Amino acid sequence: MSNETVLRMANIDKRFGGVHALDHVTFEVRKGEVHVLMGENGAGKSTLMKILDGLYEADEGEIYLDGEKVNIKSPVEAKALGVAMIHQELSMCANMTVAENIFRGEEPTNKFGLVDFKTMNKNAQKILDDMGMALNARSQVRDLSIAEQQMVEIAGAVSRNAKVVIMDEPTSSLTEKEIKELFVIVNDLKAKDVGIIYISHRMNETFEIGDRITVLRDGGYVATCDVAGLTEDDIIEMMVGRSIGEVYAGERAEGGEVVLDVQHVSNEKLKDCSFQLRKGEILGFSGLVGAGRTELMRAIFALDKIDSGEITLFGKKVHFKNPQQAIDAGIGMVPEDRRGCGLVLGHSVGTNLTITVLKKFIKGIRVDKKKENAIIDEYWQKLSIKTTGPQQICGDLSGGNQQKVVISKWLAAEPRILIMDEPTRGIDVGAKHEIYQLMRQLAKEGVSIIFVSSDLPEIINMSSRVVVMHEGEISAILDGATEEFTQQKIMRFATTTGGGVQ
Amino acid sequence: MENKQVKKVNPVVGFFRKYFAQFIAIALMFLVLGIFTSTFLKYKNLMTVFRQICVNGLLAAGITCVLIVGCIDLSIGSTCAVSGCLVVVLNSLWGVNVWLSIILATLAGGVFGFINGFVRSKTMLPPFIITLAMQQTIRGFAYIFTNGYPIQSIDKTFNGLGNGDFLHIPKPFYVLVVCLVIVALILGRTKLGRHMYAVGGNMEAAKHSGISYTKTVTAAYTICGLLAGLSGVIIASRMYSGQPTIGLEYGTDAIASAVIGGTAFGGGYGTVFGTFLGAFIIGVMYNGMNHLAINAYWQMIIKGLLILGAVLFDSVKGKLKIGKKKKAA
Repeated sequence: MSNETVLRMANIDKRFGGVHALDHVTFEVRKGEVHVLMGENGAGKSTLMKILDGLYEADEGEIYLDGEKVNIKSPVEAKALGVAMIHQELSMCANMTVAENIFRGEEPTNKFGLVDFKTMNKNAQKILDDMGMALNARSQVRDLSIAEQQMVEIAGAVSRNAKVVIMDEPTSSLTEKEIKELFVIVNDLKAKDVGIIYISHRMNETFEIGDRITVLRDGGYVATCDVAGLTEDDIIEMMVGRSIGEVYAGERAEGGEVVLDVQHVSNEKLKDCSFQLRKGEILGFSGLVGAGRTELMRAIFALDKIDSGEITLFGKKVHFKNPQQAIDAGIGMVPEDRRGCGLVLGHSVGTNLTITVLKKFIKGIRVDKKKENAIIDEYWQKLSIKTTGPQQICGDLSGGNQQKVVISKWLAAEPRILIMDEPTRGIDVGAKHEIYQLMRQLAKEGVSIIFVSSDLPEIINMSSRVVVMHEGEISAILDGATEEFTQQKIMRFATTTGGGVQ
Repeated sequence: MENKQVKKVNPVVGFFRKYFAQFIAIALMFLVLGIFTSTFLKYKNLMTVFRQICVNGLLAAGITCVLIVGCIDLSIGSTCAVSGCLVVVLNSLWGVNVWLSIILATLAGGVFGFINGFVRSKTMLPPFIITLAMQQTIRGFAYIFTNGYPIQSIDKTFNGLGNGDFLHIPKPFYVLVVCLVIVALILGRTKLGRHMYAVGGNMEAAKHSGISYTKTVTAAYTICGLLAGLSGVIIASRMYSGQPTIGLEYGTDAIASAVIGGTAFGGGYGTVFGTFLGAFIIGVMYNGMNHLAINAYWQMIIKGLLILGAVLFDSVKGKLKIGKKKKAA
């Protein structure tokens, strides 16, 4: 890593209507460094990167590349200037070959003006080989894994002699092994003096690969530091503006009698899953992506079929045919994908809040407006959803507020068991704090909560007990009353069935 | 965003704002037709418009339900033909009581709608394809009933239904109003109605909220089929016969009415009143073009472009909404 600056964004300011998205932010990247950009959702990371990529125009401020002032008006111009964005959602043509994707828009042509596939394939293969990527330039992109596709995108960036590569959450859908491979390539890029902007929410990656870190908060610049010498808590404190202990404030909920008893449940994705849920406890579900946690919840909630096994609810054996029966029996489910499964985004907050409790105020064609409004008012205010009113369209709300609507909708159904699948994913710490408080409050009131999360600190801090899953099986159930939860312990069970100790 | 007051919109103002474009369109058409023709604004002609929009209004209300749940029905024209033929066969050929014939013919439409909805929700094939196939299938039944020939209706009571007046207003218009009120009540005030909007707005979210996709979508298609059946009955009465070939253009007009009335093609939005305005706009336009002596072939071109325009309007509106969302984020 040299100390030469390749990119300098100075005093960037951007407003969207009344929202100050970026408040005079200055950001520098050196040649050959991995510069981690961190901040909560809504901190302004994406806006800053979109300005650099030419998708947005800054209201104020300048961008310098290699010391020269540049004016980037579109992603095409950004590419031409040597700024390459590796998107979180990959932008590849799956029906084309690797080589065609690398040279998309810049296909080499022969003297007749036709695409020269021979040269293209040869050049593409050379780029891939140089980067040490074990890929065939002629293979179809659709046959590649996500990680391999990402590598092709990076190869494409390199072929254009990129000076700055932006990686937006590149590891979000990769396995551990693929992440390792990605990091090898990132190190190659570093050796080529490329400046890398790395956006990630994963702390451990920051420490593994980052050279420097810049933290943004609420559109403002907080600090830039060398990663060496920082601790995780330092970074969180910079991001949140308060210490991490406050976020999880509260006592561990203690369970009472068994309310839900799941015995030997199996289906296509699940193998012999058994666990018990107690009254008033928060039962954490941990595991890697694809471990079968969501699938188990779907099975309990009758969204998926159960091939064998038994579910006993409040002492009675149940066989739900559809989610409505599960809801009637007192189960609620905050789904993992709130935009896709939790809300009707185009409808108002009020309509979304009442969709599970229509029978409370509609009898035939008699709509009890007063009661409907009372329900909306109660649950709209309970979680202090920030809206202009219950008429506001859900799609216009921030992620945290959308999640509050989903949770409120289920509170309105007054469930005795609430399944929450990744309830805090992608929302800011303020909203997380509110959701944690609510979970503790509900547990205290006797609601049993199943809390599925991939975020280990929140599982450790919130759960009464933790169920760890691995490849469709339950590999361990840890009890917070008798042992201490540690990330290592949970990870060990999450990565191996049985974990060696039972 | 934080401490904004809850905005209260006067319901009357909100109502007019919601249908602003439609009201303007109607006012403009009346103005133009009033100035350029001497015949359009006559009471007799306006009653003709009322009579003409009845069939389209019923079909459009049915299509609105199907569009709201995020589907489409291309088979309603064929359903009209089958029900129209069936009612005449039952009544004039077999001597079945008029009212019973009408009820049976309408129910037959409902059965076809039910099949559409059931197949859609159980197979999850694209509704466009299902109902395109059903369009052929149902039309086949119409030919079987009639051997491919029109059948004359000889019952005076029956023929009077489509062509007669009651209190100087065409009889079918009463049918239209009653049906629209019923559909509006279903959509606006029943659980089923709310479920329909939710399913069309986000199928997955609706399923996660305990709403049965099969029941909701099948209900929407059944309503559509019943209304198409009833429309077929009215058409047969107006034409004094059951015609197995009719109805090809009814589907397009109905879809156009719903979309002009603000029903979203993607599902989740739409009202019966908006659709009524859409049907009214189309009715006035067709009638007006005749008064302006526009050639029937040109009328087809204009109709086609109108549908394209309405869908474009729908999509532009959607984009504006997304634009607003971006700003808020």
